Amino acid sequence: MTQIFAYVPFKNGVAEDVALEFPGAAKKIDAGASVTAVVTGSGADLDKVAGELTKVYSEVIKIDNAAMAYPNAEVVRKALTNIIPAGAIVLVAHDTFGMDLAPGLSIKLESAYAADVVDFEGMDGSTLKIVRQELGGAVSTHVTCDASAGAVLTIRPGTFAPVDGSASGAVVDKSGDAGDLSAKRTFLEVVEAEVGEVDITKSDVLVSIGRGIEDEDNIEIAQELADAMGAVVSCSRPIVDAKWLEKSRQVGTSGQTVKPKVYMAMGISGSFQHMGGIKGNPFIVAVNKNPKAPIFQVADVGIVEDILEFMPALQEAIEAL
Amino acid sequence: MSTIIAPAHYLLFGFIPTMILSFLLPVIGVGLFTYIMARRIAPLVRANPDYCFNNIPKRIKHLAVVWLGQIRQPRYMQAGVLHIIIFAGFLILSIRSISLVIMGVFPGYVFPGLDGTLGVVYNVIKDYAATAVLVACIIAAYRRGIKKPARYAVPEKYGHDHTAEAVFVLGLISTLMISESMFEAAAIAFTYNTGGDVHFPAFFSLAWFFAKILRLASLEFLQGLHIIMYYVHDFTFFFFLCFLPLGKHFHVITSVFNVFFMRVKKGNIKPVRHGVSDEELDNLESFGVKKFEDFTWKQMLDFYSCADCGRCSDQCPANAAGRPLSPRFITIKARDLIFKNYPIKSGIIYKSDKLLVEDIYTEDEIWSCTTCGACEQECPLGIEYIDKMVDLRRGMVDEGMVPQSLQKPLKALEKRGNPYGKMEKKRADWAQEKDFAQTHTVKDLSQESADTLYFVDSITSYDDNIQDIARRTAIILEKAGVDFGILGKDEKDSGNEVLRFGEEMLYQDLKAQNTEAILGAGVRQIVTADPHALNALKNDYKGLPPVKHISEIVAEKIKSGDLMMKRCKNRNKVYVYHDPCYLGRHNSIYESPRQAMDAIAGLTRVELEKSRDRSFCCGGGGLMLFYEPEEETRMGVLRVNMAAEAGANVIVTACPFCLVNIQDAIKVAGKEGEIEAIDFTQLIEEHLA
Amino acid sequence: MEILVCVKRVPDTAENEFELNSEGNDLDRDDLVYSVNEWDNYAVEEAIQIVDNLGGSITVVTVGDDEAEEVLRREMAMGANNGVLLSDEAFEGSDGKGIATILKAEVEKGNYDLILTGAQADEGAGQIGGMLAAMLDYPYASLVNKIEPADGKIKVGREIEGGNQEMNEIELPCVLSIQTGINEPRYVGIRGIRKVASVDIPVKGAGDLGLDAGSVGEAGAKIKRVDYFVPDLGDGAEMLEGSTDEIVEKLIEKLKAKGGL
Repeated sequence: MTQIFAYVPFKNGVAEDVALEFPGAAKKIDAGASVTAVVTGSGADLDKVAGELTKVYSEVIKIDNAAMAYPNAEVVRKALTNIIPAGAIVLVAHDTFGMDLAPGLSIKLESAYAADVVDFEGMDGSTLKIVRQELGGAVSTHVTCDASAGAVLTIRPGTFAPVDGSASGAVVDKSGDAGDLSAKRTFLEVVEAEVGEVDITKSDVLVSIGRGIEDEDNIEIAQELADAMGAVVSCSRPIVDAKWLEKSRQVGTSGQTVKPKVYMAMGISGSFQHMGGIKGNPFIVAVNKNPKAPIFQVADVGIVEDILEFMPALQEAIEAL
Repeated sequence: MSTIIAPAHYLLFGFIPTMILSFLLPVIGVGLFTYIMARRIAPLVRANPDYCFNNIPKRIKHLAVVWLGQIRQPRYMQAGVLHIIIFAGFLILSIRSISLVIMGVFPGYVFPGLDGTLGVVYNVIKDYAATAVLVACIIAAYRRGIKKPARYAVPEKYGHDHTAEAVFVLGLISTLMISESMFEAAAIAFTYNTGGDVHFPAFFSLAWFFAKILRLASLEFLQGLHIIMYYVHDFTFFFFLCFLPLGKHFHVITSVFNVFFMRVKKGNIKPVRHGVSDEELDNLESFGVKKFEDFTWKQMLDFYSCADCGRCSDQCPANAAGRPLSPRFITIKARDLIFKNYPIKSGIIYKSDKLLVEDIYTEDEIWSCTTCGACEQECPLGIEYIDKMVDLRRGMVDEGMVPQSLQKPLKALEKRGNPYGKMEKKRADWAQEKDFAQTHTVKDLSQESADTLYFVDSITSYDDNIQDIARRTAIILEKAGVDFGILGKDEKDSGNEVLRFGEEMLYQDLKAQNTEAILGAGVRQIVTADPHALNALKNDYKGLPPVKHISEIVAEKIKSGDLMMKRCKNRNKVYVYHDPCYLGRHNSIYESPRQAMDAIAGLTRVELEKSRDRSFCCGGGGLMLFYEPEEETRMGVLRVNMAAEAGANVIVTACPFCLVNIQDAIKVAGKEGEIEAIDFTQLIEEHLA
Repeated sequence: MEILVCVKRVPDTAENEFELNSEGNDLDRDDLVYSVNEWDNYAVEEAIQIVDNLGGSITVVTVGDDEAEEVLRREMAMGANNGVLLSDEAFEGSDGKGIATILKAEVEKGNYDLILTGAQADEGAGQIGGMLAAMLDYPYASLVNKIEPADGKIKVGREIEGGNQEMNEIELPCVLSIQTGINEPRYVGIRGIRKVASVDIPVKGAGDLGLDAGSVGEAGAKIKRVDYFVPDLGDGAEMLEGSTDEIVEKLIEKLKAKGGL
């Protein structure tokens, strides 16, 4: 039976959504695998998360140490190296912490490493069949992974279906097994992004507005939809020219190049210059009053409507979910 | 009857001969002037070479028309007329002033040839000239000092205001005019009062007025005035001479040279270094202008020659749009730097280790120029800017100082031969569009041969919204009976903007590839609908068959009867033609598109106030589409507003970049539905009979 | 400061339209253009700025075939002092760990204070820096968007979720993976590359590095790419019709499936 460990990231005592996606991913690797959650941290927050995770995982290992109060990848790696048994499969989220942790962890565990996995197609003996994307998402690949000596795998958050929390597992405290947690890297502080300073290139979902927004005051409508979707508002050049939004929000050859997963083109005609700034083959939803707008040629889904009426309707429906 | 004593014979306090002064003033004045000029010429000697001795007949023509004829002055009517009066006055009075200086030592000296009737005529002319110059100076001083037209203002960031200098010089000129006239008038009044035989100066001239008034004065006063006015004139004359090279009035001396050495060919860009062939470019240590001494001597002469009239900046679209560029200050800042680097008063040369774009200019300032050429077209002194911009950009490119927004398209041009990074094999996809391909085939010159090459260029090949221009051009050529084909994937970007954005080696690469493909196609002529391509192929490339714009072909074929036009389909519309910079100013094609439009019966066409060689740039083409300038408004919006003021509701342009910019600008200006922009080829194709 | 920057030659995502070959198992590579991995340019630019301030030298290294030399020259035209090409038939087919193993051998030949990589490359794994650091037992930080050198250690900012920046202090020597936006890489034109065209770039193979051929390349790889495929994309948009409510409902289903909600 394959032994799978899932390293669960959390913030303020709440596990990230990916915690619910690990079991699904594990099931795709080996339906019969046992999945153990691992959480590291310190104090009440850690206990709270570990407790919550017992609803999803039959076993939850917690490692409590003040050195991990803020997740320092080097420290966490040391702890995990001492806890994870040889030959196990370790799942990590492909997020900014996972990218910091996982590659080095695979070296220390002397196991295979595959990053940013979007799908598993089962196991053939000890060979894992993996689906990944390359070249900024332009192409997908089938990859095999020899997991005979174990594997560290980072999965793309949001790609595996979440499971319902119906287990009633137990927390196992392995804080004593963590070993030496000294590190050559010290966490200092988190500098919060300045308000209004939004990096549209880093957002997975963009609500992008064009001339169809008609008036500066209507930008609020787009912002509300974006808030509901957990997205960021970007725009086409005329909006920046009109000084309705700052330059850093402009998508296009003369603006930012973005690589979101979903691009909501709201009232954007879809000029060549604008589309030149969209890379990585996102799912494009185009809403435009003009049925002949060129954006419909390149979009995945097209809707002929006035965005000023459509956006509030969509927002309302999303909030009702 | 006594005679007035001339300065050459006068004894001050009865024993000091003023002739000493007459001798010393010119000696000191000329000596000082020579020293100052030597210091001023020093940087020119250290400068990069320039090649300004070709096409002498054209240069002489420029001297006759631009310098002597002052042809560009009346483009600003009031200032222009004043300048022409002062300029003509200077030319006329220079003879008189030199004669006066000599008379101080040799009394009764007469300029060779002016001792007879000619002398009498000259005296009448010079009396009126002095009068006219004085009047012009007073009006000019009023304009500069009191009325203060906006274009003379100096924004704080560019340094101090030049009004004081301007008014001071007008004062010097007036002093010369008054002293000369009064010197003469005093002598005449003296002779008159002593009962001598007098010829009064020209009726109603300044000297005439003075002579009439001075009749009332005593002989002693007149004698004193005669001497004083002589030396006032003498001193002012040499002071003025030495003052000229210290400021914006240097143009009085340099203009004749500057105009002689100005550009004689249109549309091209100067080589990286004169005397270094394209093949030898790799041997150069450095490219472009980084330090001041990297400018050519002609470029430095330009800096000296600027009269600070502000016409360039008044016409500059970048300046109008609020970009951080004002061509006038490109010159003024450089001149201030020369004066600091090469000071008059010492032999020390101040050197800055900073690049010019870090020191006196900013990167954005230099990237802001669309190379539209409006400034050069306007400058009455033949000062040029495009070559300087390109040289400064060459320097920045060589140092790796290229905005990120331009790095992407440049890299794509290097890899793919077009700024969009599209695949080479898709370059001719525009011809495969369903409706078009059903009824038309376009020859691929790598497979077949033809009489004419249609050079499409990148934007028309790849931009979905612009490809229509390619198809319509093909239809027009077909209808006109032109046997043509395209290069397809062998065509690369013409590189017009690559060159102008300072990426010389990439341009050389594109040029070499295109030249090989074009010559290999064996065509007799080249046609394009993209003025930027037209310009590059015609003026920058060498050894190609003749290049024509589609509007020239259309105009020719209408004239020859090969193309017939239907009546105008939209007779309620008002059309206006926008002159693209690279068709008009850089290639002098103004009439062909208008003739073709006027061949459509019933088409109502108005003219923009800023048209032909005063056309206002739409925002720039090629790589300019990728550059993100700081600006208050878009040039295109200003242009659309001009068209609206002219009462037009259809802007016809003949350049794909103009079309992109103006169409965008119509949206930004919120004038959709009121005004539309179409390409020349669309108008023509829709009206083909 | 002695800096090593690990770079990679990759198909250019901005200048290519990726299509599969006729067998459908690999990219159609005939028309592909290659360039330096975008992130690596930021790493080299950062190295140049550090050396401009503190002195030292920059070496760029890559693992690849003969053609990979062009990216070294490009980075040297930018301002790197030396280039090293690690090339051997035995390296072909290496997975991330194999590449890190090869680089580790080269690192140990030198005396570097700082090793930089791009945050990720064409495969989007972002693995080499972290693996190399772990192999060398150097500290590591990924997604670095700020570097402030100090004595014997450096302060680095990491780009984390929400556009926030996580500040850390790291002992030298260390490995950092550099995120885009940390600086504005300078432009390199054809002229710059020609200037360094004749500079000698040493090529090192498995033997030179003292590597066991079985530990790298295909033989040592645990991760193997089987094929490429392109998920189906229809032409033009699927137009949603009906009442606004119906459209909204359909759209929400699609957004859910695509991770938009």
